[in-house]
Amino acid sequence: MGQHTPLYQKHLDAGAKMVDFAGWDMPLNYGSQIDEHKRVRSTAGVFDVSHMTVVDISGDDAKAYLRKLLANDVEKLDAEGRALYSAMLNENGGVIDDLIVYRMSFGYRIVVNCATRSKDLAWMNSHSAGFDVALVEKPELAILAVHGPQSLDKVCAVLDQGQLYPVKTASINLLENFRGVELGNWFIARTGYTGEKGLELIFPEKEAPAFWDKLVAAGVHPIGLGARDSLRLEAGMNLYGHDMDEEISPLAANMEQTIAWQPEDRDFIGRSAVVRHRAEQAAGSMPRLVGLVLEQRGVLREGQRVLCDNGEGIITSGGFSPTLKHSIALARIPVNSHSCQADIRGTLTSVRIVKPNFVRFGKKVFE
Amino acid sequence: MSTVPDNLRYASTHEWVHVEDDGIATVGISDHAQNALGDIVFIELPEAGTIVNSKDEVAVVESVKAASDIYSPVSGEILEINEELLDAAETVNVAPYDGGWFYKLKMSDAAELDDLMDADAYIKHCDAE
Repeated sequence: MGQHTPLYQKHLDAGAKMVDFAGWDMPLNYGSQIDEHKRVRSTAGVFDVSHMTVVDISGDDAKAYLRKLLANDVEKLDAEGRALYSAMLNENGGVIDDLIVYRMSFGYRIVVNCATRSKDLAWMNSHSAGFDVALVEKPELAILAVHGPQSLDKVCAVLDQGQLYPVKTASINLLENFRGVELGNWFIARTGYTGEKGLELIFPEKEAPAFWDKLVAAGVHPIGLGARDSLRLEAGMNLYGHDMDEEISPLAANMEQTIAWQPEDRDFIGRSAVVRHRAEQAAGSMPRLVGLVLEQRGVLREGQRVLCDNGEGIITSGGFSPTLKHSIALARIPVNSHSCQADIRGTLTSVRIVKPNFVRFGKKVFE
Repeated sequence: MSTVPDNLRYASTHEWVHVEDDGIATVGISDHAQNALGDIVFIELPEAGTIVNSKDEVAVVESVKAASDIYSPVSGEILEINEELLDAAETVNVAPYDGGWFYKLKMSDAAELDDLMDADAYIKHCDAE
């Protein structure tokens, strides 16, 4: 038996097909992944992502520590509640994990992937020496993501019911993207993994089942990990362990924009390596992560070879796009490739190279 | 719980066969199979006129989860395919034993039916997986 989130019984009650995800029993879908996907694009859905790891970082050196630990620069977080997406690199410039860091009243909060929890914590602890910081994992917190065009209205309607929650909904309605607000022991931010408007709510796990019930009663449909994956793929967002890992440079994973190159004297872990990678990229020897589109029948899948005019690449994530009604993929291919074919079960099929971003706010965004 | 009609024969690879008195067999995949595959998005079907042997790969089902080969449970000549599935593969999820049939075939060896399972045996087979 795997680990359970505080909503495990709710998933069973809702008829979820449960699967093992990195040691956790999690809902794959509650019937139809495609229906769930479409609900998030058209109305609102709720994801239980309480299996993800929350680490709170406090102490006088919290900022200095994170400026060393992360490839993006927490100096950009100029107000409480602001959020930043970053890679955590090793000395070779490989991606240990990707994460979100929030600036909080007490310091910073990081949310890392569940599958990488142990190595992330070990890495973060081993690099805290010499810094006045305290790293505290927060397993007692639940995390729900509520996404879709109606998500903010639905969440605010639930939070307003009977003043049960220490949350002023006006402060949520006014949030801009990548900003959050701390309200008592609740933290609510405009972040997520779907390409839709939405919120992530981090709050005490004992309050999670009742809050879940109220969301569902308000018409927010439970969404499983299957649709979470197809939504993030449409949004062109990377999945750790698939689109990048410790052997992959962020420059080969469409993460260049998440590296804060300035100021040049900020010595983050992996800096010298990614500076070298940038030179390799300029010389044309660093592959790049692109989007692939297959407008005919068939499905692009992770691991399929991609034969390009300039060499061979590989699909790192692929699947069927319920919004576009055809297959899309992320693939790592040689630079300066203009045409390519995917090897789909032994058949070479022409695919189109596009920017790795397919759907935003329910609409196709590539040419 | 998945549905397993009594009037069909089943292969261990989860295809079903329904045989009429005239020796024409209709083939599809079981409710258990469609449930395991998840939402089905594309189906490749054989061409009418193709001669197939039992256990030949005759079709491919692409679901949100994976691509899966479909094996013909019996030998014979493909007479007709369910063209509706080419544009509406999800019919197999909704009605695996009715609108979601794959193809009809003129059986060449009725004895092959004895190699397939009845509903009770198939239920045990699924439970054991």
